[in-house]
Amino acid sequence: MSNAPVDHGRRRFLTIATSVVGGVGAVGAAVPFIASWNPSEKAKQAGAAVTANIGKLEPGQLIRVEWRGKPVWVVKRTPEMLETLSKVEGQLRDPASEEEQQPAYAKNQHRSKKPEIFVAVGICTHLGCSPTYKMSDFDAHVEGIASGFFCPCHGSTYDMAGRVFSGVPAPKNLMIPPYMFIDDTTVIIGADEGTA
Amino acid sequence: MFKNFMNWIEYRMPFMEKMNLHVMQYPAPKNFNFWYFFGSLAMLVLVNQILTGIWLTMNFEPSAERAFASVEYIMRDVDYGWLLRYMHSTGASAFFVVVYLHMLRGMMYGSYQKPRELLWIFGMLIFLVLMAEAFMGYLLPWGQMSFWGAQVIISIFGVIPGIGDDLTLWIRGDYVISGATLNRFFALHVIALPLVLVILVFLHIIALHEVGSNNPDGIDVKRPNDGTKIDNNVSDKFTFHEYFTKGGKKIIVDAIPFHPYYTVKDIVGVVGFLLVFCAVIFFAPEGGGFFLEPPNFEPANPMKTPDHIAPVWYFTPFYAILRAVPDQLFGAIFMFLAIIFLALLPWLDRCPVRSVRYRSTFHKWNLVNFCVSFVVLGVLGVLPATPTYTLIAQIASFTYFAFFGLLWLYSKNEKTKPLPVRLS
Repeated sequence: MSNAPVDHGRRRFLTIATSVVGGVGAVGAAVPFIASWNPSEKAKQAGAAVTANIGKLEPGQLIRVEWRGKPVWVVKRTPEMLETLSKVEGQLRDPASEEEQQPAYAKNQHRSKKPEIFVAVGICTHLGCSPTYKMSDFDAHVEGIASGFFCPCHGSTYDMAGRVFSGVPAPKNLMIPPYMFIDDTTVIIGADEGTA
Repeated sequence: MFKNFMNWIEYRMPFMEKMNLHVMQYPAPKNFNFWYFFGSLAMLVLVNQILTGIWLTMNFEPSAERAFASVEYIMRDVDYGWLLRYMHSTGASAFFVVVYLHMLRGMMYGSYQKPRELLWIFGMLIFLVLMAEAFMGYLLPWGQMSFWGAQVIISIFGVIPGIGDDLTLWIRGDYVISGATLNRFFALHVIALPLVLVILVFLHIIALHEVGSNNPDGIDVKRPNDGTKIDNNVSDKFTFHEYFTKGGKKIIVDAIPFHPYYTVKDIVGVVGFLLVFCAVIFFAPEGGGFFLEPPNFEPANPMKTPDHIAPVWYFTPFYAILRAVPDQLFGAIFMFLAIIFLALLPWLDRCPVRSVRYRSTFHKWNLVNFCVSFVVLGVLGVLPATPTYTLIAQIASFTYFAFFGLLWLYSKNEKTKPLPVRLS
C-alpha cells in the first residue's frame, strides 16, 4: 500500500466507468431472457392459411374455423339481415369502417367480398372474448334489431357486419381476416389474391 | 448440554438475539383485538400455499395437452391428491379473505399513517404480487374459465397505445393463449412470484418491527423517557429488547411481549380460522362456484367463450370498475387507479389522528361508503353486464373513488375527538 493521497477525481471516474460497463453488461444479459418470451419459430409457422367448405351453409347459419388458434366465423347472411345493415348505421361507432380492421376489399357496408357471406375473426376487440351469435334474439341487447353478435364478457354488441355499436366497451369493429374464394363452395382464410 | 449448544450457535450467529428482538422481547400494544389475527393468518395461509403447492407440482404437468388431465389425475388417482388440491384452491380464496380484512384493519386504525407509510407500501406490493400469483395459478388447470379469464386479463395490456399488441404477444408467446403461455405462467407461479412474495413478507415484517405495531387506539406505545414514573404500566413487568428502548431514551407504555402473549392469542385465531377453512375444504370445496367456477370443469376450448365469464371473486371489485367505464383504455386506467389510490392512502389522509375511534362521524361514514362500494362492485363483477347492472357499477365506482377524494378534502381540518393518554 502506498501512502499517496486519494485522487478523488480518478476514483470517481473509475466508479462511473465500472458502473456503466456493468450496466451495459446487465442490459445485454437481459436480452435473451426477454427475447425468449417471443413466439417461437414453431408458433410462427402455425399461422398458415386454412380452407373451409361453405357449400352446406344454410341461410343464417354460422360456422367456426380455427385460424392461428383463433375462431374465425363464416356466416351466410339472409336478405333480412343485410337489410338491417343500413338501418343500424346511426347507432354505430364506425359505420364506414374507417379504422384499419379489414382488407381493402371488405371496406364496404357489408364488410365482405360477397354481400351474403360474412367472414370475421370472432374475437371481441375489447378484451378478447369470443362474442355469441344471436341469430334471432339480439333485440334483448339492441332494441328492434333481430340478429347480431353479443359479447358475454362485457356486453359489447356488433351488427351483422361485425360493426361495433356505440356506448359499449369494445372500441373497434371486428377484425376481418384476409380471405379468398377458390370456387362457390370453398373459401381460404388467412390468404388472399394479394398474398397468394 | 442444550445451553452449551445454544452458546456455540450464538457465538457464530446471533440466533437468540434476533429471536428476542422480533419475538420474545418485541413490545406489542396490549389492546390488540380480533382484527389483529389476520396478519398472522396470512402467514399461515402462505405456508399452506407453499407446502400444498410443492406437493401439487409433483403430479401436475404444465402442457396444454396434459394439464387438465393431470389435475383430474391428482383429484381421482393420487392418494389424498383431492385434499392437497382443495387445500391449495381454498387457500387461494382464504388468502384474499384474510388479506382484505388485514387491509381493512389498517384503514380503520390508520395503520398506514406516518411513520408506517413504507410498511403500507410493502403491504400493497404484497397485494399486487398476490394478485399476479393467483391469476397465473388460475390458468394452470387449463379449464374454460382458466383460458378465457387469462385471455381477458392479458388483453388488458393490449389497450396501452402503440405497444399494446406487441406486449400481449410477448406475454402470451403465441397469437393466442397456448401451451407456451401455460408453461411460463407455471414457472412464474411456482418459482418467481413465491420467491418475491416471501422476500416482500420479510421486508414487511422488518419495516413493521422498526416502526412498531399500531393499535386500535392509534397512539404510540414507545414514548420519549423524561424520567417521570408512569402508573399501572403493565410494561414494567417485562424485559424488552434494548433496541426498542434506545438505551433508556424511550419508555415503553402499555405494551406486552409478542411471545407468549400474542403467539398464544394468535393460536385462538388459527383454531377459529381452521374450523372455517376445513369446513369449506371438506363440505364446500368449490365454494358455491366462487372458489372453483363451473366452466372450469370443462377443458379449455379456444373456439368457444363460455356464456358468462367472470373472474374469481377476489378480482371482481376491480373487474367491475373495468367494465363500468365505456372506454377500453380508461376502463383499464381506472382499474389500476383503484389500487394506486389505496397505495397512496398515507398521503391522501392528512389527519393527525389515526384510529377511527377518535375521528369524525363523517370519516366513519366515508369508511362505510368505501366498504359498501367495494362489496357492491364485487357482487356486480360476478353478474352479467346488463344496462342496469352497468349503471349500478358506474355509481359504485364513483363512490369508491369518492372515498379517496373526500378523505383528502376533509382530513386536513377534521374535527376529531381528544386522544386518550393511555391505551384502553
